[in-house]
Amino acid sequence: MTIPFYVAPEQMVRDKAEFARKGIARGRSIVAVDYGEGVLLMAENPSTALHKISELYDRIAFAGVGRYNEFETLRKAGIRQADLMGYLYSREDVTAMGLATAFSQTLGVIFIRDPKPYEVEILIAEISEDGSEHRLFRISYDGTLFDERRYVAIGGKAEQLVEALEEQWSEGMTLAEAFNIGIEAFRRAEGRDPEGWELAMLDSKNGRRAFRRLTEADISEGA
Amino acid sequence: MDAPVPGSSFTDLLEMMGMSAGNALPAGATPPSVPEGTTVLALRYRGGVVLAGDRRATEGFLVAHRRIRKVFPADQFSAVAIAGTAGLAMDMVRLFQVELEHYEKIEGIRLSLEGKASFLARLVRGQLPMAMQGLVVVPLFAGYDDKEDRGRVYTFDVVGGRYEETDFGSTGSGSRLAKAFLRTVYEEDMPVDDATAIAVKALVAASTEDTATGGPDLKRGILPNVIRIDGGGLVEVSDDVILPIAEDAVESVR
Repeated sequence: MTIPFYVAPEQMVRDKAEFARKGIARGRSIVAVDYGEGVLLMAENPSTALHKISELYDRIAFAGVGRYNEFETLRKAGIRQADLMGYLYSREDVTAMGLATAFSQTLGVIFIRDPKPYEVEILIAEISEDGSEHRLFRISYDGTLFDERRYVAIGGKAEQLVEALEEQWSEGMTLAEAFNIGIEAFRRAEGRDPEGWELAMLDSKNGRRAFRRLTEADISEGA
Repeated sequence: MDAPVPGSSFTDLLEMMGMSAGNALPAGATPPSVPEGTTVLALRYRGGVVLAGDRRATEGFLVAHRRIRKVFPADQFSAVAIAGTAGLAMDMVRLFQVELEHYEKIEGIRLSLEGKASFLARLVRGQLPMAMQGLVVVPLFAGYDDKEDRGRVYTFDVVGGRYEETDFGSTGSGSRLAKAFLRTVYEEDMPVDDATAIAVKALVAASTEDTATGGPDLKRGILPNVIRIDGGGLVEVSDDVILPIAEDAVESVR
């Protein structure tokens, strides 16, 4: 009988975390900004075919950074859970909180159990129905769930982006203003001009399905 | 490639999870008396389609519901109207609506109109054991085909047969009467308002001969449901618009 190598749990968690962080740092970041009427999601993404931002449910959006196939798996699982819940019960029973918890559980289990953790970070945004503050969640590679306000960033440059957003964010911005502070935050964080945007909004004026993809032109025309 | 489990279909997902409703009564069981929907129709006009349905559901010779809804948006560019066992039909519509949206979200692209019609045919086919026992569901499907820039209408039979209609289609107890009426007034490439008016008139015509079809009930304010779909998307026509059309139809149909 061979004796398996002993690796201290602390060591294993540290190694996995470092591995996941490195993977995530290679990709480009994403921000979500609350602009009062809704939430703007901005991803620096030169590809127009592969999306990092997508619709999860009526008032809920998903964004992921890191390994495409991994966050795509999570995105699909999220849509399945949301549609199942909404079909079995009622559409209003599907909440960002419920989905964020499920993502957190899944990522947590994968981080501990699988030899290779997912190299992803997930962002969930939900606009409120009653005009109160919108909800923003961030879920890290090990399943840690963060409940954020006003703005949130994921990806390698998240810290720098949040710093820049903190300075510029103000209550009651328009969509265009939110876009501008987003661009400025990316410029400061990356130290260069962004190369191509993937943009989407959650806004009640879009009807039941509040999610809509945007182009820069849509925003300058007042979307 | 490994089987994409559970793929992009919500219906398949439900089946995988063991959550889909059973589709047959026990052998030899007599179907219970349940509400049945009656007349719905759809017709093509220039650049789109209009669907209309009366509001009555019957149970034998009784009126079960006066304000039932039989015409539903399926997604932004298509709608489905139902006739037959109301409970099963409404469940089918709900599943169909979730299916279309689910596919669109998972795949990032909407199904083609043809694809939607095929899928609905599969749902109808799945009801066959129930249909054999008397609980029949026959939908009518119509929508805007963006590739061909025109409205299209599909009818179905109980075994899931799917038939594209060139001008108009109708299903339910009053459907023959409605079609007979439409045949005399329908013109190709009609303007949308004319198409809406004859759709409502056809329902009124059916209701005067078929007791299971409810005409506009002006006293109770019960009017047909009408949906229009064209390149701009789907619009549910409001009662304010329908009321004068219905009044005119009641007046003009003898």
